[in-house]
Amino acid sequence: MMNTLLEIKGLTCGYDARFFIQEINFSLEEKEFVGIIGPNGSGKTTFLRAITRFLKSQKGTVIFKGRDVRQIGFKEFARKIAVVSQNQPVNDITVEEFVLLGRIPHFEKMQFLETAHDFEIARKVMSLTQTSKFKDRLMRELSGGERQLAFIARALAQEPQLLLLDEPTTHLDIGHQVAVLDLLKKLNRECGLTVIIVLHDLNLASEYCQRLVLMREGRIYKAGHPDEVLSYQIIEEVYKTVVVVEKNPISLRPYVLLVPEEERRARSKKYGKEE
Amino acid sequence: MKSNKKITRWCIYLFVLGIILLGISLLSLCVGSAAIPVRKIISLLSKASDSAEYSILFNIRLPRIIMGFAVGGALSISGVILQGMFRNPLVEPYTLGISGGAALGVVLSIIAGLSRRLGGISLPVSGFLGAILVIILVFYLSIRKRVLRIQGLLLYGVMISFVSSSLIMLLMAISGADELRGIVFWIMGSLEQPNWLLIKTAVWVSISGLIIAYFFSLQLNALSLGEEDARALGINVENTKKVLFLLTSVLTGMSVSICGIIGFVGLIVPHFIRLLVGNDQRILLGASFLCGSSFLILSDTLARTIIAPTELPVGVITGIIGGSVFIFALTKFK
Repeated sequence: MMNTLLEIKGLTCGYDARFFIQEINFSLEEKEFVGIIGPNGSGKTTFLRAITRFLKSQKGTVIFKGRDVRQIGFKEFARKIAVVSQNQPVNDITVEEFVLLGRIPHFEKMQFLETAHDFEIARKVMSLTQTSKFKDRLMRELSGGERQLAFIARALAQEPQLLLLDEPTTHLDIGHQVAVLDLLKKLNRECGLTVIIVLHDLNLASEYCQRLVLMREGRIYKAGHPDEVLSYQIIEEVYKTVVVVEKNPISLRPYVLLVPEEERRARSKKYGKEE
Repeated sequence: MKSNKKITRWCIYLFVLGIILLGISLLSLCVGSAAIPVRKIISLLSKASDSAEYSILFNIRLPRIIMGFAVGGALSISGVILQGMFRNPLVEPYTLGISGGAALGVVLSIIAGLSRRLGGISLPVSGFLGAILVIILVFYLSIRKRVLRIQGLLLYGVMISFVSSSLIMLLMAISGADELRGIVFWIMGSLEQPNWLLIKTAVWVSISGLIIAYFFSLQLNALSLGEEDARALGINVENTKKVLFLLTSVLTGMSVSICGIIGFVGLIVPHFIRLLVGNDQRILLGASFLCGSSFLILSDTLARTIIAPTELPVGVITGIIGGSVFIFALTKFK
């Protein structure tokens, strides 16, 4: 049986007086894996920040398991929802210390030190994310892919029910992109973790997400199964570029091919007509 | 298992630094223009006497050691907190304009001749008032929509420092020779403090500051990841920033108004300790307090012995020795 985990009604918010996202209505079932896609500046990150309350909503509500998130305290919130944000700073701490920071929301009021349980959870998430092998290295010494895994490990150490990720695969090579997303998929399948992930790469989004939310100019333009969202008409309309959409012969999911302008011109000349 | 290992390591650090502090304090009691051997100190401790040595120990040297302990510790933990909060290694307690405000208060009270009329306590009191005024000013300038903007704090603080130091120069230019001497003497900073009430206040304020800082050590650890990530870890970032700003302000204001401007302690000690113990605030705070105390007591001992009986300003020693040792440590560790 499906249970609603997150329900967003009429959410409008932004920076200063400008509205970056407007009238968002969206609901998320438990154990879903949802991708948010859209052009730069379409409000994807703002959408995540509105869920995490980093931006105050001007209008509308965000309901988590039947409770308005504004009524949930900071610490309790961090035990339910974890975030992997983009462009995170790194500092001179070891990977293990970094992952242990994820246990802070679980600390009691007068607790200063990690308990054996905290170390056990850290060990578990580090082995899950395969970060154990470099747990004693400093964060700033890691490669982009390793660092991203460490960030996911820290978020998992919070033992959240919902994990939000903001473009976790940017700057990674395809091997690491697949490794990160395979891991998230595994956590989703095996541990029942609900995932909302912002992705720029439409093909990754198509392969891994059960449902896609396409945003344009701060509004949800289209939401649904990748088959419904990733049609060439919709993508050309939203991204203002020409694409070809095919089906991946193995996964049968849609994949999007780009068409450079030169090719477009050459083709239209060949067929003797303007586009 | 792991947890225990970490705690053991931390306890060793604190123990060693504590021993160093005790050793330096003892050394500081012994040396000076009149050398007093340790054996003598012990016998003097057991029974009060009205000998000159007793007076040197308990009325001159001991108060300076206690002041060094309180002020060195207070400035160091302020540095740790501010560097952690701003995520900027160049920030120190004097960056935020508090010392400028305190100095301006003191200079004004020297020129108005308050110290002659109201006695020695007037200088620290007016210094503290100046510091409080600057704290309030910087705080309100930096707050927008109930959010304390960290960059705002830094910029307004630096500007206020400039304005107040220019005002001090203006006041110095128009003041008489006697007042000028008093101002210069105060600005250079000294641990000499005959008033036991002020000494006790300094000790209480800095120890309470350390305890309060410990309640925010986890928050500071989380803040090292940036405000947004700290919030994602369930930290009430706004409250934390406000409390920590006020805490460091009070610690710095107290130190400056009682001892004058003793530079470098709040900048160097946190860096030095970070090289030694790592970035975890739970050990960094305590270790920096002890190290800052030792460093200031040692500097003060050198300041009054190098060319005894003439006494050098302690700020000169903290600058020269602290700076050189730090450059050495940086090249060694990196």
